[in-house]
Amino acid sequence: MKRRGIVQKLGFAAMASCMAANILFLGAILFFIASKGLSSISWEFITQAPRDAMTAGGVAPAIVGTFYLTLGAILFALPLGVACAVYLTEYSPKGWIVNVLRISVNNLAGVPSVVFGLFGLTVFVKYMGFGVSILSGSLTLGILALPVIISASQEALMAVPQSIREASLALGATQWETIRKVVLPAALPGILTGVILSVGRVAGETAPILFTAAAFYLKGYPDSVFSEVMALPYHIYALMTEGTHPEEQTRIAYASSLLLLGLVLSVSMLAIWLRQRQRKAYHA
Amino acid sequence: MHDTLVDYDKQMGLENFHPSLVKGPVGVNINSLGEADVFGLEPKIISRGVNFYYGSKRALNNINISFAPRRVTAIIGPSGCGKSTFIRLLNRMHELVPGTRLEGEILLDGLDIISPACDAADLRKRVGMVFQKPNPFPKTIFENIAYGLEVNGVTDRQVIEATVVDSLKKAALWGEVKDRLKDSALGLSGGQQQRLCIARALAVSPEVILFDEPCASLDPISTGKIEELILQLKKDYTIIIVTHNMQQAARVSDRTAFFLMGDLIEEGRTDNIFKAPRDRRTEDYITGRFG
Repeated sequence: MKRRGIVQKLGFAAMASCMAANILFLGAILFFIASKGLSSISWEFITQAPRDAMTAGGVAPAIVGTFYLTLGAILFALPLGVACAVYLTEYSPKGWIVNVLRISVNNLAGVPSVVFGLFGLTVFVKYMGFGVSILSGSLTLGILALPVIISASQEALMAVPQSIREASLALGATQWETIRKVVLPAALPGILTGVILSVGRVAGETAPILFTAAAFYLKGYPDSVFSEVMALPYHIYALMTEGTHPEEQTRIAYASSLLLLGLVLSVSMLAIWLRQRQRKAYHA
Repeated sequence: MHDTLVDYDKQMGLENFHPSLVKGPVGVNINSLGEADVFGLEPKIISRGVNFYYGSKRALNNINISFAPRRVTAIIGPSGCGKSTFIRLLNRMHELVPGTRLEGEILLDGLDIISPACDAADLRKRVGMVFQKPNPFPKTIFENIAYGLEVNGVTDRQVIEATVVDSLKKAALWGEVKDRLKDSALGLSGGQQQRLCIARALAVSPEVILFDEPCASLDPISTGKIEELILQLKKDYTIIIVTHNMQQAARVSDRTAFFLMGDLIEEGRTDNIFKAPRDRRTEDYITGRFG
């Protein structure tokens, strides 16, 4: 009894220290970025365009660009991904074809993001003629987000109890009505989790927009979906690899990183808030 | 148990049946055509020569049975005897399970409900179902009841509201929930949830209600309420109830069918089945020798 008690305590201690290590890494990253970037963040930094060869001014166009690209990617990937997930879990005949499709979707998640970038360049920028633009970048990022959204939606749909599907069908609802009015609403919190995850991923990606959307420096703001844009991750990358004032640029890069983190975090908070509200409505 | 059976006819109101309506020797009631003289009434549902397979495994063998309108028929039998499988054929819920096969004929008011020409959604509107575990939608109490109306094309808000109130009253739940219609149905107790599911089924005005072990997960008090409700409802609906609980079958049903290993062993007036079963296996089961 005593021995088992000790083993249990050791086990919990080991798990607690793993958790602590996690928090430590997260905290260290946040602290590191904040300590280097916080001093450069000001109202001007958030609302102005860069000046003096990237050594002064703000990053407002990059914030706006990242916002557009992320929004575009989610607008494209969410309906497509949810539709795929609904087909895979609700409609498709069970069997090896579905398994192959599922494996393919999971493999899509493992494709390196720079490959998505090249794909976007070939297909959206060149073949479809969208040029280097918000549209091309959003579509490329959308494809990147698809597997995350599909898997999360599938999980969420499969977690909806079969009994409430039966309840709906037994009332004379068709399968489509059952999915639209019962299954999807019940799965929504889980689907939103997928959206949260993919927003984080999409907003922070550099490689997919490198050839499809991003510009190093633009004077104004984009005026259509066919405009090139600045974007925070690419801006950070460019600041650290190009230009002639490394010290000033590094300072701005850290401040931009902090902003990017803040942006992703606030979008996630919004999604979490939406999810909680949904959960409250659906669970006692 | 025996006291229950002595008073059974009075409780069930069976003494009101005109004796001439009961044709043939009481308890022996399935004629060669499978058209039972169910209290001399035109059967609401007739099952003729029904065989049912899960893959290659045969789950039901040649089931011939008729169900009287506005009466309660209980289906009893040990686990795995095919009783739940059978009632799920009556609203074609078996179609949700892939790889099944159905042979034979099931008629609802003479209409062949198995034929592809019969729309499953239309059928299920006429033949409602209450499941083993309460399965309210994760929606409000009001939305739970209104759902069936909405999917059946009712858009008039006043009609919907009136039907919700009416259904909750019929299901003896109105008094307990009238102030919390906008609350989640998942906040109700198990017994209340099951009555909500009954109200939900009633809202689409079915003709038949199938109860698949409706009290399996409920405490005795909730069970008592559901049974009372079933006795109320049989005035207007044809009721078929699958139950594990023989006392329950004796309390609520007018007729009882005993299933064993995919066969219908015996069907007849509930009092006869419990007092004087014809088949040895029925007797063994109701006296608790197996099952």
